[in-house]
Amino acid sequence: MRHRLILALGAILLAGKAQAADMMRMAVTTSFHNSGLSDVLLPAIREDLGLEVQLLVVGTGQALKLGQAGDVDAILVHSRAAEEAFVAEGHGTHRREIMYNDFVLIGPDDDPAGLSQAADVLQGLRRIAGAEATFVSRGDLSGTHNRELDLWAAADLEPEGFGRWYNAVGAGMGAALNTASGMGAYILSDRASWLNFGNKGNLVMLHSGDPFLFNQYAYLPVNPDRHRHVKHDLALRLEHWMTGERARDLINGHMIDGQMLFVFNATDPG
Amino acid sequence: MVDLWQGLSQAFWLVITADETLVEIALRSLRITLSALVLACLIALPLAAFLAVRRFRYRRFVIAVLNALMGLPPVVVGLVVYILLSRSGPLGALGLLFTPTAMIIAQMIIIVPLIASIAHQSLRDLWHDYHDLLISMNVTQTQKMMTLLWDARRALLTAALAGFGRGIGEVGAIMIVGGNIDNVTRVLTTAIALETGKGQFSLALALGFVLIALALAVNLAIHGLSRTEREGRW
Repeated sequence: MRHRLILALGAILLAGKAQAADMMRMAVTTSFHNSGLSDVLLPAIREDLGLEVQLLVVGTGQALKLGQAGDVDAILVHSRAAEEAFVAEGHGTHRREIMYNDFVLIGPDDDPAGLSQAADVLQGLRRIAGAEATFVSRGDLSGTHNRELDLWAAADLEPEGFGRWYNAVGAGMGAALNTASGMGAYILSDRASWLNFGNKGNLVMLHSGDPFLFNQYAYLPVNPDRHRHVKHDLALRLEHWMTGERARDLINGHMIDGQMLFVFNATDPG
Repeated sequence: MVDLWQGLSQAFWLVITADETLVEIALRSLRITLSALVLACLIALPLAAFLAVRRFRYRRFVIAVLNALMGLPPVVVGLVVYILLSRSGPLGALGLLFTPTAMIIAQMIIIVPLIASIAHQSLRDLWHDYHDLLISMNVTQTQKMMTLLWDARRALLTAALAGFGRGIGEVGAIMIVGGNIDNVTRVLTTAIALETGKGQFSLALALGFVLIALALAVNLAIHGLSRTEREGRW
């Protein structure tokens, strides 16, 4: 008995899983994973390319940082200004647009700020600020957070000066939605994370479909001149696949509750 | 409350049906923490014995530091290990970041001070009893340490189990250095954090119950192995 237990322990310690021949790492935003799209795409990639893509699910800010340090081979994020800076500084070779979805404004179903009656998203944000209704902000320099800050700026409002109703939680989309659900607060979310979120409570979607809420995802291979070990050839193979027909069909066909989550819009390399 | 019951029943079904992903994640949790535990014991126990038998100038200081490090914040350990192992860090060439090895290193750093402190406490008491005898027998320093470690093995087991408990339930450090990659570095605690983030509370809770059950099972197994609470001295 005793020996058998020791043997079992030894087996557990030694057992390691064999790795697929080709492996690369990609940092992606939480929305890509939370929407369930990664569960659809990764098996197809393994099938078509024999490529094992290991995902690091982080915010856009951290994803860019991982790319900058050379800890991943490519990144898939949604924050245009930060992406262009990333390429301009030589951390990435280029930026390739893959697909888009949109942001939505979520809030409590009784809607104390009257957001659902607002003509556009900027007026909606002014109403929330005017009513000082509880608002949860990601506060983590993610793509969603950057967009939220841009929207406040476009509405001529300054989050720095907001009172206690504005809560920057410094957490991922899911954790921030949990907080908003607990507080009955307004929050900006990407549509995919919202639809797939399991703890909605009394939160409902109050505003969507505004051009201001357009959300483009782009793919950026990490620059092999900066980091010799990055698997640039694999990153390019993946890019080719991600912009191809199979990816288009899978991305456009991915639905939750009959709603399309992402729209493929990659163009042929010019 | 609904979530709690749903979590319990979901945990029950996950275990009964031996859900493939769950088994894989649970075994990975065990493998990483047990590896870290074995390595940490190899460092911490001799260190504890050394501190018990040897008198040197900074001994008190070392002990105080060890005690203080018991409360080492995992998230800081994770960040430091991350920076060291990152491709742009000093050990980047090893390519260890986001691998189970990196997680083992981080957990080891977290539990070594804990095991060493608890072990030292019991060895010191035992040394008090053995001091005159061992000195009169004129044994070497190494023999003294070996005698202490062997005769205090039950107390050292407690130290090791405390280390295991801290390791298996830890999430802050391994999330940073492991990256929570599906099929590679996802363990029970990081999976719980992920499911909580998706608002899937009952699945997260189910994984939590599995984690608790696993910790219990390991403790019982080790107690069974070492036959504590059965022989004369315990």
